[in-house]
Amino acid sequence: MIDSALIPKGVKRCPTWQFALAVALASGVLLWGVYAMLLCWIKGLNQTNMNNAYGFALWIWADLAVIALGGGAFFTGLLRYVFGKDELKHLINYAVLIGFICYSSAQLILAIDVGQPLRAWFIFWHANVHSMLTEVAFCLSAYFGVLCIEYLPLILENRQIDKVPFWHNLSHNLHHIMAVFAATGAFLSFFHQGSLGGVSGVLFGRPFSFREGVLVWPWTFFLFTWSAAACGPCFTIAITKMTEAIAGKKLVKDNVIQLLAKIAGWMLATYIVAKIIDTIYWATVTAPSKGMNLMDFYSNNAFYGIWILVLEIGICGILPAAILITPAGRKNPKLLTTAAVLGAVGVCVNRWVMVLQTLAVPVLPFESWTLYLPSWQEVATTILPVAYGVILVLISYRYLPVFPQEPELNPIEQ
Amino acid sequence: MKEEHRQDGPKKYGMVIDLDKCTGCGSCMVACMSENNAPFREDESDKLLSVAWLRLYKLTNGKPYPDTDVCYLPRPCMHCEGHNGHSPCVSVCPATATDYDSATGIVSQIYTRCFGCRYCMAACPYHARVFNWWDPVWPDGMEKYLNPDVSVRMRGIVEKCSFCYHRLQRAKDKAYAEGRREIREDEYQTACTQACPAGAITFGDLNNPKHAVYKLRKSPRAFRLLERLGTNPKVYYLSSREWVRRAGDNYLADEATGAGKHMAEHKG
Repeated sequence: MIDSALIPKGVKRCPTWQFALAVALASGVLLWGVYAMLLCWIKGLNQTNMNNAYGFALWIWADLAVIALGGGAFFTGLLRYVFGKDELKHLINYAVLIGFICYSSAQLILAIDVGQPLRAWFIFWHANVHSMLTEVAFCLSAYFGVLCIEYLPLILENRQIDKVPFWHNLSHNLHHIMAVFAATGAFLSFFHQGSLGGVSGVLFGRPFSFREGVLVWPWTFFLFTWSAAACGPCFTIAITKMTEAIAGKKLVKDNVIQLLAKIAGWMLATYIVAKIIDTIYWATVTAPSKGMNLMDFYSNNAFYGIWILVLEIGICGILPAAILITPAGRKNPKLLTTAAVLGAVGVCVNRWVMVLQTLAVPVLPFESWTLYLPSWQEVATTILPVAYGVILVLISYRYLPVFPQEPELNPIEQ
Repeated sequence: MKEEHRQDGPKKYGMVIDLDKCTGCGSCMVACMSENNAPFREDESDKLLSVAWLRLYKLTNGKPYPDTDVCYLPRPCMHCEGHNGHSPCVSVCPATATDYDSATGIVSQIYTRCFGCRYCMAACPYHARVFNWWDPVWPDGMEKYLNPDVSVRMRGIVEKCSFCYHRLQRAKDKAYAEGRREIREDEYQTACTQACPAGAITFGDLNNPKHAVYKLRKSPRAFRLLERLGTNPKVYYLSSREWVRRAGDNYLADEATGAGKHMAEHKG
């Protein structure tokens, strides 16, 4: 192969043409997204189907969702480096890579979403310390820096880069101090994941999302952090399983996956109990105090029917948690993957309702529900980061030792 | 500021709109757009894309003829005070582009600082905030008719009713030039107030017993929109019709209307 000098030792990769074709296909999708992105930047947000009722829409949901899904990076790092779950060192590279993709995607989407992108730095310069978004911007940017530092040693482990003594030593030393960054990352993530929950939780003018809380933090602050720590690892497991299926080989040993699945399962189980308590309190105390009933939020149209609450809490919460905390469930590969996917879908549904349904529900009694369908430009720019993620995974998997157990699990016959 | 020009005590500018007088003619909306250089497009059929600081709602009691009743409700920005100036939109703006002025009670919008994240729009339950989805394009020659006291806004930012803040500045400048501390009630009136042919809109300082709004807001007919949320708006509405007052907020089926309770207390 033309690029064999770059491929890690002891692993087998597909022919170059196959790799190039996959990158080309993903690049095609990426270019479609870039075209839509340029339209939004040049012509403005009139390219979207947002309006004065839907100031937040697909992009903000995508932002919240990818940040929650990228939560696997900080939580796996916390478990590996701070809590000493050593087995997870075999999965931490991929968790960091997925986190890096998710967080860089979130920043790109935000750059498209704001009406005046050239003024985006005002959020730092004219920061309003009372705003949850300010806290999100600061912590998210700082954590992205941490992710870059966490991803860097993996890049430096490329066969050719590693030959240069400086890079080799830098990589070696970075590994030694990684616990510091993992702890910093967990600290920052706790706050920005929580603040993203606070974004909707503090909206006391929107009874659907408003929650009481402790001091300046609404309950959604804690629920968002908790759900990201629970469902982020689910996403990491789901993507790992998908990668194994596409690569056609096992990349991580079962005990590693099952350890993370077990922890994610218990996080999900405890989260969903907290979520149910929160929902009951909101439905019976908070919303009625504003003159609204639970079913006021789930009637009028089929899209926001009560089914969405059942889907979020029951099918994508209780069910995967039950599978993951049960040894038999975790050991069944199909059930394990199903639970991981459901967990990831569940957190996406939660973010969807907290962003979109919040705006769909009328608050003024003489207003009606407003529904929204994204424009193709919004869809394309949301798929753009997915294509970028696929490309980055393809390149990283081919040229970097992302999965340390791969050579052992797939010995090459000489 | 020189001591002789200092004004007495904080103001709390607000509005009282008598819905029993409003005919729904829309003069207030037209005056508002004209006064504040609000941009418009050839096709304004999608009202959710319009830059309208003041919107007129048509409410009905939902009863069939002959019991049908209609009420028109003009809705400017409520300039919410919230709890100690903690209005829904001000506290969420990440770039401090909107501010609650405790000296006037007016919620301002700094167009050149807003970067268009639209978080304030999500926070406002009244839909009083609008986004500039397009750059303003004026019909040929119309630039000459724009109000020179109000800056035009660019694409990609949020704007809203300012209680014609430029008129307050103008009135204060005049009072300053004449060596007065206080501005008179009639010196600062919003465009919509002056344009209303039915005299349904009254504007003034809610803290000042000499101003008409001071008494009007204490009327047993008075209510505010979505009071139960804790937004503490400074726009009051008047109506003698129970169904109209009930339409101003959300109530559970077994709950009495807030303003109705208020009336009962007054009668008692």
